[in-house]
Amino acid sequence: MTALLSVAALTAGYRPDLPIINGISLTISAGELVTIIGPNGAGKSTLIKAIAGLLPITDGTVTLGHQSLVGLSPHLMSGFGMAYVPQSDNIFATLTVDENLRLGALPLPRSQARAQISAAYDRFPDLVRFRKAKAGNLSGGQRQMLAVARALLTGPQLIMLDEPSAGLAPKMVEEVFGHLVTLVRGGVAVLMVEQNAKAAMRISDRTYVLAEGRNRLDGPSDRLLEDPEVARIYLGQAGGKH
Amino acid sequence: MLQALADGLLTGAIYALGAIGLTLTMGILRFANFAHAEMMTWGAYMALGVLTAFGLPTAPLGPLTFGWPLLLATVVACALTVALALLIDWLVFRRMRDRVGHLTLVFASFGIALLIRNVVHLIFGGRATYYTTELQIAVRVLPDLRIMPDQVFTLSLAVVLVIAVHQFLQRTPLGLSMRAVSENPSLAVINGVSLARVVRWTWIVGGALAAVAGVLYGVAVQLRPELGFHLLLPLFAAVILGGVGNVVGAVVGGVLIGLIESFSVLVIPAGYKLAIPFLVLLVVLYLKPTGLFGGTSGGR
Amino acid sequence: MLGVAVYLVFFLIVVTIYAIMVMGLNLQWGFTGLFNAGVVGFYAIGAYGTAILIGPDRAALIGGFEMPFVVGLLGGAIAAGAAGLVVGLATLRLREEYLAIATFGIGITIQLVALNFGALTGGANGLIGLPRPYFDLFAVSNAYNLAYLVCVIMIAGLIYLALERVVQSPWGRILRAIREDVTAARSLGKNPTLIRLQAFVLGSAIMGLAGGLYVGFIGFVSPIDFLPILTFQIWAMLIVGGSGNNRGAILGVLVVWGIWTASGYFIGQIVPPGYQSQAGSIQAILIGLVIVMTLLLRPRGLIGEEESVSSHARKRAQQAYKKKPEP
Repeated sequence: MTALLSVAALTAGYRPDLPIINGISLTISAGELVTIIGPNGAGKSTLIKAIAGLLPITDGTVTLGHQSLVGLSPHLMSGFGMAYVPQSDNIFATLTVDENLRLGALPLPRSQARAQISAAYDRFPDLVRFRKAKAGNLSGGQRQMLAVARALLTGPQLIMLDEPSAGLAPKMVEEVFGHLVTLVRGGVAVLMVEQNAKAAMRISDRTYVLAEGRNRLDGPSDRLLEDPEVARIYLGQAGGKH
Repeated sequence: MLQALADGLLTGAIYALGAIGLTLTMGILRFANFAHAEMMTWGAYMALGVLTAFGLPTAPLGPLTFGWPLLLATVVACALTVALALLIDWLVFRRMRDRVGHLTLVFASFGIALLIRNVVHLIFGGRATYYTTELQIAVRVLPDLRIMPDQVFTLSLAVVLVIAVHQFLQRTPLGLSMRAVSENPSLAVINGVSLARVVRWTWIVGGALAAVAGVLYGVAVQLRPELGFHLLLPLFAAVILGGVGNVVGAVVGGVLIGLIESFSVLVIPAGYKLAIPFLVLLVVLYLKPTGLFGGTSGGR
Repeated sequence: MLGVAVYLVFFLIVVTIYAIMVMGLNLQWGFTGLFNAGVVGFYAIGAYGTAILIGPDRAALIGGFEMPFVVGLLGGAIAAGAAGLVVGLATLRLREEYLAIATFGIGITIQLVALNFGALTGGANGLIGLPRPYFDLFAVSNAYNLAYLVCVIMIAGLIYLALERVVQSPWGRILRAIREDVTAARSLGKNPTLIRLQAFVLGSAIMGLAGGLYVGFIGFVSPIDFLPILTFQIWAMLIVGGSGNNRGAILGVLVVWGIWTASGYFIGQIVPPGYQSQAGSIQAILIGLVIVMTLLLRPRGLIGEEESVSSHARKRAQQAYKKKPEP
C-alpha cells in the first residue's frame, strides 16, 4: 500500500535551538489506524503538532499524497485533506455546538457545508439536542464527540487525534474508539497519540513507540502488545495489566 | 439628575463605539492597543481635513449643526483611518507579532500613539477646533431635560452601529471566524481560519468604528490633538469592565462609564471627571478582573 | 563663559535626576519586565510629596509641614512607592498590560489631582517658595548649584551601586529568572508575584526620590513640570541606552536629553513664535520614532540580557516536570 502520509527524519520544536523531536519517521496509509505511544516527554504531541504545521520544522520531510506540508500555514491543511483534533481546548466553549460545526465547515461551499453538518448530526445524534447550547456546557465526552465531528466535516483523508480518550469514562472511550474504527473502515486514515496504550493498540493496525523525541519500536499492534520490551517500559512494571 | 442621565448616555455612546473596536483588537490581536484612541483623533481630524480641503459648504441638515458634507467626510475619514491602521499593522505590528512578547507590542503601540498624536498636532495645530461654527439651541424636552438634536443623532447612530456590528459578529462567517480567533487562535487556525484575514478585518472594523467615534466626539465636544489621549482611560476602563473581547460588554461598559462620569459631576468637582474611569478601572481590577460579562481571553 | 557654565550645571543636574528616574524604570522593565506607562505620575508624587512636607506653612494649604529636606525626600519616595503598591497589587496577578493601563491611569490622575486639589497642591499655580536645602550656607547661588550637582551625582552614584549589588544578589537572580520565564521560575519554588511587586515598588520609590531632588533644586513645583511627554522621554532614554543595563541607561539620558534640548533650541531660533508649539511636536515625533524604530530593529535588546538565565531555568523546570508522577 502506498503511504498517504510520509514523515521522514522530522526534527521540530517550539524553538529552533531546542528540538523536542529528533529525526522521527512514520508512514500511514488510507484505511489504517495507527497509534503513537510513549512516556511523557517523548514528543508524541509535538510530532502531531509539527505535522499539522503548528510548530516550526527544522529538518526532515512531511508529505501528504504528493504535497509537501513543511512550512505551509496550518490553516491550509484542511484543504489538503488533513484534520487535527488537539488534546485539550479542542472546541470553542463560548460558541454554540452549531457554531462550532459551522466554523469547521467554513472551508466548504455553502450547500456542501449544510449537508456535511447534517451528516455530522446523524453520526453523533447525542449532539442534536445541544445544537443551541454553548459548547462549554457539554460534558467531557460530548465535547470530544463534537471535536471529532468538527474534524470530519471537511471529509478529510487523514485525521490526527491527540489523546482522544483523555479524561473520558471507559464507556465513553469505547464509543469514541468505535467511531474511529468505523471511520477507518470507510477508508479514512486515523493517526492517534494515546496514553491509554493498551486500549489504543487493541483497535489499531500498527503502533509506533517513541521515547525522548525518537523512534524506538514500531510494527503491527498485535505483535507489539505481546512484546515484553514494550510491556516492561511503557505499559508499567506489573506486566501491563490494564 | 435627568440631564446628567442624558449627557451620560451621549458620552457613553461615544465611549461604546470606541470601546467596541478596542475590545475586538484586544481580544483577537491580544494586546492592549494604546494607539486605538489615536485612531479616533485621526478619524476626527481627517474629516476636518476633508471638509476644509474641499471647501465644502457646511449647510446644516435640518436642526443638526452639520450637513451632508460632514457625513461624506466621515466616510472618507473611515477609509483613511482603516488605511492608517492597516499601514501600522503592516509596518510595525506584523513584523513583531511572532518574534516578541505581546508586552512589546503594547509598548510599540504606546510609541505609535505618540507619533499619531503629534503628527496631527503638527499638521492641524493645538488649538481646539470645531466642525462648524453653527450654534445649536438645546430643546427643552422636559422641565429638567435639555437635548440637542446633535445628541439625538449621535445616540441613534451609535445604536445603529452597535446593532450592525453585533449582527455582523453573530451571523456572518467572518464574524464567526473573528469570535473563534478571539477565544482560541490556534484552534481557529486548525479549523481552517486564516489568521491574516481575521487580523486584517479586525483592523478594518475597529478602525472604521474609531473614526466614526472620533467624528461624533468632535461634533459633541470639540477637536483637539489630545482627544484620543484623554479617551484612552475611559475606553480601557469600558473594555475591562465589560470583559476583554466581549463586544456587548464593551458597549455596556462604555455606557456605564459615561453615566458614572456624568453623575459623578453632581458630587465631586468637575475637574476630577477624568479620574473617574481610572477609579472604576481599579475597582474592577481588584474585584472582578474578568469584567461583568467575562471576556473571551480575559485576565489571567 | 560663565553663562555657559551656569547652564551646563543646570543641564547636568537635570540629566542626573533623570538618570535616577531611568534607573528606577530600568529596575521595573529591564530587570523585572514590567511596563510602567505612567512614569511621570510617580515622579510627580515624589515631587509634590516632598514639596508638601518641606514647604512653609500657609493658611490656604493643607500641607507645609516645614520638615527637613531629607525627611521630605524620603516622604516623597515612600508616597511614590505606596502608589506603586496600590497599582501593583491590583494588576500584577493579571495580564501584563493591565499594569501598563493602570500606571497610565496613575500618570493622568496625578496630573488631575495636582491641577484640582488646590488645598494640597496649590492647583495650577503649584507650590512656591519651597526652601532649598542648606541654601543659606552658600554666598553665591552658582556655588550652591554646583554643590547641588555634586550631591545629586553622589546620590545617583549610590543608587547605581546599590542597584548593581541588588541585581547580583540572590533576589536579583530570581528577578531575572522570572522575567524570562514565569512558569519556570515558579517551578523553582519562588513566588513571582511578590518579588515583582517588590521590584515595582522599589522602582517607583526611586522615581519619587528623583522628583524630590528636582523640587529641592528648583524651589517650586507646578503641574506643568509633569506633562505626559516626560514618560515617553524617560522611556526613550532607557531604550536608547539598552535596558537591563544601568550604564547604558545613563548614556541614554545624555543622548536623548541632549537631542531634546538641542532641537528645542533650534526650533526656538527658526520657527516664528506663533508656530512654536506646533513645531514642538516635531520633538515628540522624534521621541516616538526612537521608541518604535528601536523596537523594530532591536526588540531583544529591550528584553535585554543573555539567554543563560532562561535556558538554565528551563532545564531545571523540565527536570522538575519529569520527576512528577505519571498521570
